[in-house]
Amino acid sequence: MRLGFNFWLGATLTALVILAGILAQWIAPFDPVLDADLMSSELPPDATFWFGTDGQGRDVYTRILYGAQISLTVGIVSQVINSIIGVTLGMTAGYWGGWWDDLVNGLTNVMLAIPSLIFALAVMAVLGPGLPSLLIALGLTNWSWTCRIARSSTLSLKSQGYVQAAQTLGYGDLRIMFTQVLPNMMGPILVMATLGMGSAVLSEAALSFLGLGIQPPFPSWGSMLTDARQLIQLAPWAALFPGLAIFLSVLGFNLLGDGLRDSLDPHMRTRKP
Amino acid sequence: MTAPLLQVDDLHVRFPISGGGLLGTGRRALHAVNGISFELAKGECLSIVGESGCGKSTTALSILGLQEPSEGMIRFRGQPLAGPGAPGRMDRAKAVQMVFQDPYASLNPRQSVRTSLAAPLRLHGITAASEIEGRIEAMLKNVGLTPEQAGRYPHEFSGGQRQRIGIARALILEPEIVVLDEPVSALDVSIRAQIINLLLDLQEKLSLSYLMISHDLSVVEHMSDRVLVMYFGEIVEEGGWREIFEAPTHPYTRRLIAAIPDPDAALNSAAKPDLYPTMPQLVGRSFVSDGSTAPDVFTAPARSELIEIGGNHRVRMAVA
Repeated sequence: MRLGFNFWLGATLTALVILAGILAQWIAPFDPVLDADLMSSELPPDATFWFGTDGQGRDVYTRILYGAQISLTVGIVSQVINSIIGVTLGMTAGYWGGWWDDLVNGLTNVMLAIPSLIFALAVMAVLGPGLPSLLIALGLTNWSWTCRIARSSTLSLKSQGYVQAAQTLGYGDLRIMFTQVLPNMMGPILVMATLGMGSAVLSEAALSFLGLGIQPPFPSWGSMLTDARQLIQLAPWAALFPGLAIFLSVLGFNLLGDGLRDSLDPHMRTRKP
Repeated sequence: MTAPLLQVDDLHVRFPISGGGLLGTGRRALHAVNGISFELAKGECLSIVGESGCGKSTTALSILGLQEPSEGMIRFRGQPLAGPGAPGRMDRAKAVQMVFQDPYASLNPRQSVRTSLAAPLRLHGITAASEIEGRIEAMLKNVGLTPEQAGRYPHEFSGGQRQRIGIARALILEPEIVVLDEPVSALDVSIRAQIINLLLDLQEKLSLSYLMISHDLSVVEHMSDRVLVMYFGEIVEEGGWREIFEAPTHPYTRRLIAAIPDPDAALNSAAKPDLYPTMPQLVGRSFVSDGSTAPDVFTAPARSELIEIGGNHRVRMAVA
């Protein structure tokens, strides 16, 4: 399997975010919440505070490391929920067809017509702010593309000889879906999930920026941006570094997803003679 | 005389299609299979030939239970195989299996040969690992592969080897009828003869009955005991392979056989030899269609019947 530069850049950025999140407790020089000191607020980056300090005197570098935990949790959990919903609906719709297919298609079209951030906002408004409702909101709003891809993959796999062979061999529908269809469409689903992680991180930042996501004083890249907004003239670093973190991690997920798509695409793979 | 192994009686398959118009108002039915009847005896190879879209694959899918017939009966050993009273997938699996046309698309790329062969056995209640392994080993030997190859994945095999795996999978449940859907047309010409001979050997060894679907008449001539010629959903001629190939009667059959490339044609100086004896003239009857124009698939064809013209040779004609 040949993987390009983009894939490795994406993998490196993603690995950095994962390492930052996992190792935050050990490598962060300060506590993200408790080490607030108004005497040292709005300090520019220096040897002690690598990325400077924010309005409450908290170390921006520390808070970015801890913020990676939130971004990763949101990205991974929401995409797992999305993939499970999307694959279940899309695969059964494609396989069974009929009224169920019509229903799922209608639902997917409705979901695609609603801006997902607005829908997530509505879900958050019902569930209240906080990490669990954030995960549910983002998990429920972005499955439509995965569903479409799962459905179309199932439709094309269904006509493959091995699926028909499984039917003539006496396999039940669910067994065919899980042993014959699902393993052969994992590539595109994985790519969708990786690309979706980027947009989930962005959505989390947006929701936290609007005050609906992670509640202060706990750090999330989006809420750090909100806090830094009022001080953008005095302490631009407090907004710059969380912004950079969002940018680089989303870029990383997208490049990783693109790279995976290229390498898993059967058209890019040569068939052995 | 015992009942035939497989009996297809007046099989009709219609597909509803939208004939355009707003809100699908112009719904019509495409008559893909139009009153097919035939019997398949134990140990026989019956071929269905005809052009693409003539309904031969739909007929096979109905027998396999992958396509519900609109009308008619399919019986296996006298018991219904489709429609009301039909067995479930599990029971049908032991009666009829299929060898697919494209050996590249018919094997799951993520399953090793062993998994592909073991899963159906396990599904059908054979759980002892030693028995599964023994049957896989025997089957791989039967189709000319070695047991050591069981751990490999489909992409590690050539097209011909893949088709052998496809045959092994079709036979692993010991079915009595095997539907061969263009079994060699996707293979290299050099491999075809090997696969055909393998199929003939297995037929004899395991006393299988074959229902072969093909448009490759040289393969049909080599393998079949009897031949059905299908044209737009109907059987236009049926008979033993000798009758069909040596005395084709229906104009469509004649056109099909005339289309077989003749390697010696260049050697024959005569412009175009008259290959066939003159058509029999039956008083007051005419052929429904000469196969030169495509009939309308949406309207019922003219009333016609298969007329016996000697031996077990029948041809479709209408009252003129």
